[in-house]
Amino acid sequence: MLNFAGQLINLFAAMLLLISFAMLSQRRVLSLINLFALQGLVLAVSTTVVAYSSNQHHLYYSAGLTLLLKVLVLPWILHRLIRKLNVKWDVETMFNIPTTMLVGIVLVVFAFNLAAPISQMAGTITRGTLGIAMACVLLSFLMMITRSKAVPQVIGFLAMENGLFFAATSTSYGMPMVVELGIALDVLIGMFILGIFFFQIRETFDSLDLKHMEKLKED
Amino acid sequence: MNSLLLQLIQDALVVLIAPLLLGWVNQCRAWLQNRSGAGVLQPYRNLIKLFHKDAVLANNASPLFRATPYILFASMWLAASLVPVIATDLPLSQAVDVIALVGIFALARVFISLAAMDVGTSFGTMGARREMLVGFLAEPALLMVFFTAATISHSTSLVTIVETLAHKQFVIYPSLAFAAIAFVMVMLAENARIPVDNPATHLELTMIHEAMILEYSARHLALIEWASALKLLAYFTIACALFMPWGIAEVGNLAALPVALLALFIKLLLGGAGLALLETVTAKMRIFRVPEFMGTAFLLAVLGMLIHFLLGS
Repeated sequence: MLNFAGQLINLFAAMLLLISFAMLSQRRVLSLINLFALQGLVLAVSTTVVAYSSNQHHLYYSAGLTLLLKVLVLPWILHRLIRKLNVKWDVETMFNIPTTMLVGIVLVVFAFNLAAPISQMAGTITRGTLGIAMACVLLSFLMMITRSKAVPQVIGFLAMENGLFFAATSTSYGMPMVVELGIALDVLIGMFILGIFFFQIRETFDSLDLKHMEKLKED
Repeated sequence: MNSLLLQLIQDALVVLIAPLLLGWVNQCRAWLQNRSGAGVLQPYRNLIKLFHKDAVLANNASPLFRATPYILFASMWLAASLVPVIATDLPLSQAVDVIALVGIFALARVFISLAAMDVGTSFGTMGARREMLVGFLAEPALLMVFFTAATISHSTSLVTIVETLAHKQFVIYPSLAFAAIAFVMVMLAENARIPVDNPATHLELTMIHEAMILEYSARHLALIEWASALKLLAYFTIACALFMPWGIAEVGNLAALPVALLALFIKLLLGGAGLALLETVTAKMRIFRVPEFMGTAFLLAVLGMLIHFLLGS
C-alpha cells in the first residue's frame, strides 16, 4: 500500500483526468477557461506534493512556475481575449457530447494500456499516474479535434501542455529547469501570437469558426 | 436465530422509516425555500388518508394494472431489506448480491411502465417512455458503480463489500470518489429528483414518474408512494453501505446495534439534508439533456473502475 503522499498524488491525478473530461464536455468558453485554471491549480498542488515526498527541490520551482503561468497569467489573458473578442457564446461541438465522452473513455483505456509497460520500468513514487497523464494529453487532442471555434482549440492546446508536464513529473520527476523555462516561455509567447491571430481571423472572416478557413484552399 | 431476528428488525425498520425520510427531505426543501413546510410526518398522513379512500379503476384496466402496486411495493421492500443498514449479519443479504439488487429495481421499473401503458392514456404512455429512457441509461451506470466497489473488495455481495470497506484502515480511494459522484447522479435520476424529474410537479411537459401513476388512486396510489419512499431509502442505504459504512454492527455483535442505529439515523439526516440542498440549488434540465446527464454518470463510474485498475487503489 502506498503512503499518504502517494495516495494524495493518485487523488490529484484522478482529479486531473476528471477535469479533462469536464473540459471535453463543457459548452461555454468562460467555464472552459475556469476549468483550465483549475487544472493548472491541481497540477501545481500535485507537483508540490511530489516535490515534498521525493525531496526534489527543483520541482518546487516548477510548481511555482505552473501556478504563476497557468493559474494566473494565461487565464487572465484568455479572459481579456474573450472579453475583447466578445465571444462568451456557447461553444458548439462537432459530435454530440455523449459520443465524445465514449470516444474519451476508449482513449483513456488506450492510454492506460500504453502506459502500463512504461510505468513498470519507472522507479518514481508517481509511476502509476503516467497512464492518467497520457490520457489527459489524448483527451486534450480530442478536444482540439472536436471543437470548431478557435478559442477552445487553443485551450485544448494549453491543456495538452498541462498533460505533458504531468507526464514528465510522473516518470522522471520533471524536466531540467532550462527546458521547463523554455517551454513556459514558449507557451506564453504562443498565447500572445495566437491572441493576435484571433483578431486577424475575425477581421478576415467575421467569425472565429475555423470552418471558414477551409475556403482558403483552391479547388 | 439471531440473524433471523435482525433481518425481521431491519424489515420492519425500513418500511416504517421510509416515509419519515421522505418527510425529512421535503421538510428540508421547504426550509431552504423559506416555507414552513408540512412537517416530517406528512407522508404518513398522506398514506393514511389514501388508505381510507375508495379505489377507482379505469373500465379497461387489466389485472396487471391492479397487481402492479403490490409488486412494486414488494420489490422495493425486498430491495431495502437486502441492504445491510444496521448490521451485516443478514440472511437475505447472503442470498442476493448487488447484480440481483439492480435486477429487482429493473423488475419494478418494467411493471410500473407496463401498468402506465395499460389503461391507454397518453400521459401514462409518455411517462412510461420517459421512465424507460432514463432507466436504460441509469442502469449500466449503477452496475458500474457496484462493479467498482466490487473490484475493491473482490466480491459482489453487499455484505462482503461493506465488511471490507468498513474494516480497512483509512485509505483514499479516488475510484470510490468517482463512483460516489456517479451514484448520486443515478440516485437523482432513479428517484425522480430535481435535475431529472420534479417529484412535486403535475406539469405535463416535465413530469416522468407522476405521469405514470396518474391513473392510480387510494390504496394503490398509497402503495406506490410508499414504494417510492422505500426506493429512496434503499438508495440512501446503498450509498451509506458503499461510501460510508462506518458504525455498522458486525456479525454476532448485538451490543453494537444501538450505535449502528444512531449512526444510520445521523447518516440519513445528513444525506436527506444534502439531497434537499442539491435539489434546491439545481434547476430542472430539459428531458433531452437527461441522456447527457446519465452519460456523464456512466462515464464517471467507468473512469472510477479504470482508475482502480491503473492505480490499484
